[in-house]
Amino acid sequence: MAKLIVYYAHPGQTFSRANRAMARRASDIEGITFVDLYAEYPRHDIDVHKEQARLLEHDVIVFQFPLYWYSTPSLLKEWQDLVLQHGFAYGHSGDKLAGKALLLAITAGGSDEAYTQDGYQQHTMRTFLTPLEQTAGLCQMRFPPPYVLFGALKADEATELAHHIDGYVELLTRIRDGKFELKDATADQLTSASDILSLSKD
Amino acid sequence: MTDFLLLAFVFLVAGVVAVPIASRLGLGSVLGYLIAGIVISPLLATLGVDVISIQHFAEFGVVMMLFLVGLELEPRMLWNMRAKLLGLGGLQVGGTTVLVMGVAMMLGQPWTISLAIGLVLALSSTAIVLQTLNEKGLMRSNGGQSSFSVLLFQDIAVIPMLAFIPLLAMPELMDLATDAGHGTSVHGADAHGGSHASDHGTGDHGASLSLVDGLPGWQAALITIGAIGAVILGGVYLTRPLFRFIAMAGLRELFVAAALMFVIGIALLMTLVGLSPALGTFLAGVVLANSEYRHELESDIDPFRGLLLGLFFITVGAAIDFELLLGNLASILCMTFGLIALKSLVLLALAWVFQLQGADKWLFGLGLAQAGEFGFVLLSFTVANDVIPQNLADQLLLIVALSMLLTPGLFILYEKVIAPRFVKTQERDADEIDEVGEVIIAGHGRFGGIVNRMLRATGYATTVVDYNASHLDMLRSFGFKVFFGDATRPDLIHAAGIEKAKLLIVAIDGKEQINALVHYVRENYPHVPVIARAVDRQHVYDLFAMGCVEIIRETFDSSVRTGRSALERLGMHPFDAELAARKFAEDDRHILKEMALVHDPKIPISQNTAYIEKSKTLMKEREEQIFGKRDVFDLSTDRGWHPPSEEDLDAILADHEAKAP
Repeated sequence: MAKLIVYYAHPGQTFSRANRAMARRASDIEGITFVDLYAEYPRHDIDVHKEQARLLEHDVIVFQFPLYWYSTPSLLKEWQDLVLQHGFAYGHSGDKLAGKALLLAITAGGSDEAYTQDGYQQHTMRTFLTPLEQTAGLCQMRFPPPYVLFGALKADEATELAHHIDGYVELLTRIRDGKFELKDATADQLTSASDILSLSKD
Repeated sequence: MTDFLLLAFVFLVAGVVAVPIASRLGLGSVLGYLIAGIVISPLLATLGVDVISIQHFAEFGVVMMLFLVGLELEPRMLWNMRAKLLGLGGLQVGGTTVLVMGVAMMLGQPWTISLAIGLVLALSSTAIVLQTLNEKGLMRSNGGQSSFSVLLFQDIAVIPMLAFIPLLAMPELMDLATDAGHGTSVHGADAHGGSHASDHGTGDHGASLSLVDGLPGWQAALITIGAIGAVILGGVYLTRPLFRFIAMAGLRELFVAAALMFVIGIALLMTLVGLSPALGTFLAGVVLANSEYRHELESDIDPFRGLLLGLFFITVGAAIDFELLLGNLASILCMTFGLIALKSLVLLALAWVFQLQGADKWLFGLGLAQAGEFGFVLLSFTVANDVIPQNLADQLLLIVALSMLLTPGLFILYEKVIAPRFVKTQERDADEIDEVGEVIIAGHGRFGGIVNRMLRATGYATTVVDYNASHLDMLRSFGFKVFFGDATRPDLIHAAGIEKAKLLIVAIDGKEQINALVHYVRENYPHVPVIARAVDRQHVYDLFAMGCVEIIRETFDSSVRTGRSALERLGMHPFDAELAARKFAEDDRHILKEMALVHDPKIPISQNTAYIEKSKTLMKEREEQIFGKRDVFDLSTDRGWHPPSEEDLDAILADHEAKAP
């Protein structure tokens, strides 16, 4: 059994199809902590002590967010700026997060072809995620392959989206139950719904 | 009755006409009053007015002034001044007395009379000097503080002088006195000294009412010490409950009455035990300097002090006996200038010893060079006790009065000629003594209290004025420093230091009171920014027209927060509710500002066509945008979190595909 905490960050939930549905399903899973950051801190006044205490209580930290300008929404960035303090998350005696895992659950507007060196984003998704990957590294955290949905804005509700959301629930449940091996991601490695769902058939 | 009204009218007209003119000419109010007195003196002589007895009454202004000075001085400050007080004061009185005595003896006076003259002329005018220093804002400078120390010492020194002077009595004069009798005529040259003496004999030091007369020395001393103790203990323990009791009546004039009662009572007590009333009230003032009622007392007493001192200066001017003066013009002028020169020399020497620098040295040296109103008292006392003969006293009286009359001139000399040369040192001094930036908060209720806590928590010094005694008790129990008083009174807001304030926050209740205060401050202290609490929209317009920099509707922000909480409770996402609240508040402020620009306080809203038109346009705009729609993101300005539309997305992708190799 692993203890999970999902930090969900989306400033415009009214317009979200994928993330809102993912969040709703994830928050229903028993035994995991689900935090809607924009609901908890609508005025961006993050309670650092509370957040650090929460981190200490969990083994796997999940960031769920739509990719905004190749980065996290501002509140999640604020959360990192404030909570991942020197002496707590990194630096001298900053080993409180060592050994935990940082898992990203991301939706992107562009297609998977766009996120290639030949695509119009000109870089792979993992290149854009380097800051987060390095953050995890500095905090001595594991960085398993991010769970990504490409083309989220155009994804078909009944097929693609449903597929992705099921995969998300399956992923979180498996981690919770210790049935998912959190290996460090290599190269351009990402996880998609199909990877997870094929696992679950085992 | 008619006499009284006529007299009061004459004095008031003289003051009201002369003082503004003198101020306009840069002569200061004291000279204005003195000139007014000189001008009306023939009229008073025709009316047969006893100017000197009015002067004695008006001397109570000095008593009140010392009370106010005491209020400004915390005991600790006074203790810090002790070296100056004893050293400067003692040497000034001693040195001047000895020198004047020497000159008088050279002029052929016997040593007893010379000593008496020395004592009389050693004193300076507390009334003129303090009034002028206050008026010119020099009180806190080094020179001002030194002057004050000397004046205070002189006031104390009057007491032993009064005890000592009768010992100088000359037998020949006693015989003379019994022949001539005292002040039977009411006008003319003889009247001054005569009535002065008799008046004084019964008034200040007579046997009519005294607690210590005829008692052995040690009992008298005990009673005197007891009286001083009563003033201190009363000031510390009785004023608070007393003022709270008076506050229950809720009548403003009762505070004035109580303040007067306080000062007069102490003066009376001091007179009864043979001490200087001015000294007693000064002591009471010092005791109350830390009290939260300080500002209220100050503003209550101040007008009386001002009027009485004005009256006093007028009487000084009116008491100048021109017949006698013209008869001995050369000698009296010589002696007057001689006295001023001699006192200046002593003072400058002291300034040198006590290392007063630059302009301060001259302020000290010139400011105290006159003889003072206590000189009048002592002169009549010496005549009454047969120390100085009447005709000599009359001349000395002229010297005292003339030297006082010349004092404003010396201050002008200082201000226009000497001070400018030392501008640099003066400026540096001013920086040191300047009080730290002050925020005045008028009203410490539900609204002002929060503002005060916030400012104090962030390290700003605040002066809180509130008019609710029970409220003050509560605050005091939490350790807040607050002052009692009605902030809408100009004199109180003045006493609270509005002139130097960096900001005024108006948090009192009631539209009318808020308007009155804001209006007054904007008119008289336009350099002080005002943040005011507004009751409603209409009130915002009024305050805007008066020139408030910030106008806070007292319930607006809490209403918006209430609205936001309601949206959250109705199921709106907290962040969406936050955005809606921000949007609404910003929009509302915007509307309010636009409306305030077209609003005219002189035109009722129903007749202000520009206002109505503007209101219609804005309402229409809002209706198109926000009203009735739950989705705040429909606002054009809030598209931040919108995903691109289907068309946009296709266009972007197509564009990129076209560019791809």
